[in-house]
This record gives sequence, structure tokens and C-alpha cells, in this order.
Amino acid sequence: MKALVIGCGRVGSSIALQLDEEGWDVAVIDEKEDALSRLGDHWPGSFLVGHGMDVDLLHAAGIEDADAVVVATDGDNTNIVIGQVAQKRFDVRCVVVRVLDPARARFYAERGLRTVCPTSVAIDTLMEAVRACEIPATKAVG
Amino acid sequence: MYLIVAGGGKVGANVARSLLRLGYELTLIEQRRDQYERLEDEFEHQVQRGDATELFVLERAGIARPPDIVLALTGDDEDNMVICQIARERYDVPKVIARVNDPRNQAHFDLLGISPTVCATARIMALVEHEVPEHDLIHLLELRRENLEIVEVQIDRDSPSAGKRVEGLALPEGSRLISVMRNGKAEIAVGATTLEAGDQVLAILEPGKEDELRRVLLST
Repeated sequence: MKALVIGCGRVGSSIALQLDEEGWDVAVIDEKEDALSRLGDHWPGSFLVGHGMDVDLLHAAGIEDADAVVVATDGDNTNIVIGQVAQKRFDVRCVVVRVLDPARARFYAERGLRTVCPTSVAIDTLMEAVRACEIPATKAVG
Repeated sequence: MYLIVAGGGKVGANVARSLLRLGYELTLIEQRRDQYERLEDEFEHQVQRGDATELFVLERAGIARPPDIVLALTGDDEDNMVICQIARERYDVPKVIARVNDPRNQAHFDLLGISPTVCATARIMALVEHEVPEHDLIHLLELRRENLEIVEVQIDRDSPSAGKRVEGLALPEGSRLISVMRNGKAEIAVGATTLEAGDQVLAILEPGKEDELRRVLLST
């Protein structure tokens, strides 16, 4: 199975490495050449330098026969647009898009884009952590 | 009439100023602090600071009214696309107009159904092409919604169409000749019009038929 990961920061690079470990054939795109170092010394997949909105680059990365595309650059709107291009223009079945703003993540999720919002996940996790704290009864709210 | 102008750079600020002069009500949105402070001196309460791709910023600017037109004029194409999608699909804004900064992104605007768009670079290139004689078929106007375009061709002595009547030409389906300019005078092209060397012919056609039209009018 073939995956394309766009944006090779902390998130994108970890996803690329994990997919590779799970046996995927992975191509990575990032604007900066330095980002390749995040993939370690022996990255077996391909790595292309450029912008994920560049259709020629997407072709070169093999988007046409990609089974999955993960979009995780540092720009919400860039991710939203690239995700829609992958979905609507290249008919990629599985497109997953990182969107930090919960409002935009919800809006595009309602429109059929598989958005993942780390901010919402962090809020939920932090709230759970607070609720799980054992507060002595004397200090309890109320 | 109420408008929201997203992006207070040179384009957005000049458009907002012109609209205000025409007496329209509007809100200008600018993200950068320094630029916003400059604009505030001139636009006062009519400029707001914020990221126009954030829903609460748009709501503060009155997107829920909704405005008659939203103009997405930032220097960032992705932002302009998202602003237009949110405006139209979430707030039922009847009309959006988007600025295209990088002409290579035009296809993405088209894919997302964002129209009309304005791209200064593409317009300038079209005008330059119009001046360069070696381009034998010049794009004058693209009517995106109609899926039609208007082109200009110059007939020369070797052209297979020179000396022929329009009705005798095997024009490709989905194309028509509009007018013929000869010696500085334009005439509507009808069936009986005979093309001559030196004529500048305007044609309307579906995009993609250029090569067929070129073959019929000019040469192979």
C-alpha cells in the first residue's frame, strides 16, 4: 500500500516513520530539505522538496496511485486545500488532514473531509486529567 | 449593500477605499498588527484585526447578516479559498470574489468551485501575449461559469481560411466566429463574410478546442 505524507515536521515525520514500519510504501513532501533529517539516516521511502499545492510535485510523488494521503503541514488552510485537492481531483479514498483550529476542523469534517484536530484532542485529554485528580474532600469545590 | 473585504494589503485597502467612496458599507479585516494600525487611522471602525479564516473573526465582522459580497483579497491563496468556502457554504453569502496570487493555483480555485476569481499575473500575461505576434492564438477572455473563452487569431496569406467564406469553414463544434477586424474596422462575422489575409478574427469557443480552431483557420 502506498501513502503520501505532506509536511514533515514533528507530526508528519513520525507518521511517515510509523507507516513505513507497518509496511507501507511512503513518499514524503516538505518545503524544506532539512526536514529529511527528521526521518533518520536510513529513510527507505522517497522524499520530495516543494509545496504540497504544486500539482506537478504531487504527480511526481505518485499521488495518482496513493491509497492514503496524510496532510500535516504547519498551515491549517494549506492542509485544508491540499486535502480537498487529493480527495476531489485525485480521488484518493483515505485523506486525513490536520487542522489545529477546532471551528474549521468541524466545518470541513461536516463537508466530508477527514479532519483531525489536535487542539480538541488536547482539550479533552487535559480536562480528563483534571477530573482524574484526587482532590481532598475538605478542599473540594462546593 | 454590505461587503466584507478580507485582507488589508495594497489590493484590499485600495478596493475598500474605492468601495467606501461609492457609498457602500463594509468591514475590512487585516491580520498583521502593524498593517492594521496603519489602516485604523484611515478606516477607523470599519477595519477589524484578525485572521479572516477564523469563524469568530468573520462573525465579528458581520458574516452572519450575511453580506451581499465577500471579497477574499489576502496575499495567500489557501486563505482566500477557505474564506470563500466558509462564506458561501456556512453563511450563505450570495457572492464571493477571490484574488488569485499564484496563477498555478487557479486550478485549485476552479476545483473548489470558487468563482469569479481575479489574477493580476494572468491578466498581465494575457495582455503581453496580445502584443507578441508569434502567439498565433491569443486568449482574450475566459468565461469560467459559461465554460467558454474568447480568442483572437490573425489570418495570414498562407492560412487555409484566407479567401473563404465563414459558412464554408469546417469550424469545430462548440466554436463560432464573432467578428472580423479589417483595416481598423470591425464587422460582425456572418456566414457570407469572406476572410482575408490580415484579418483579426475574434472567436468564442469551449476551452480545449483551440487546436482544432487553429487548424481550420490558420494551418496544421
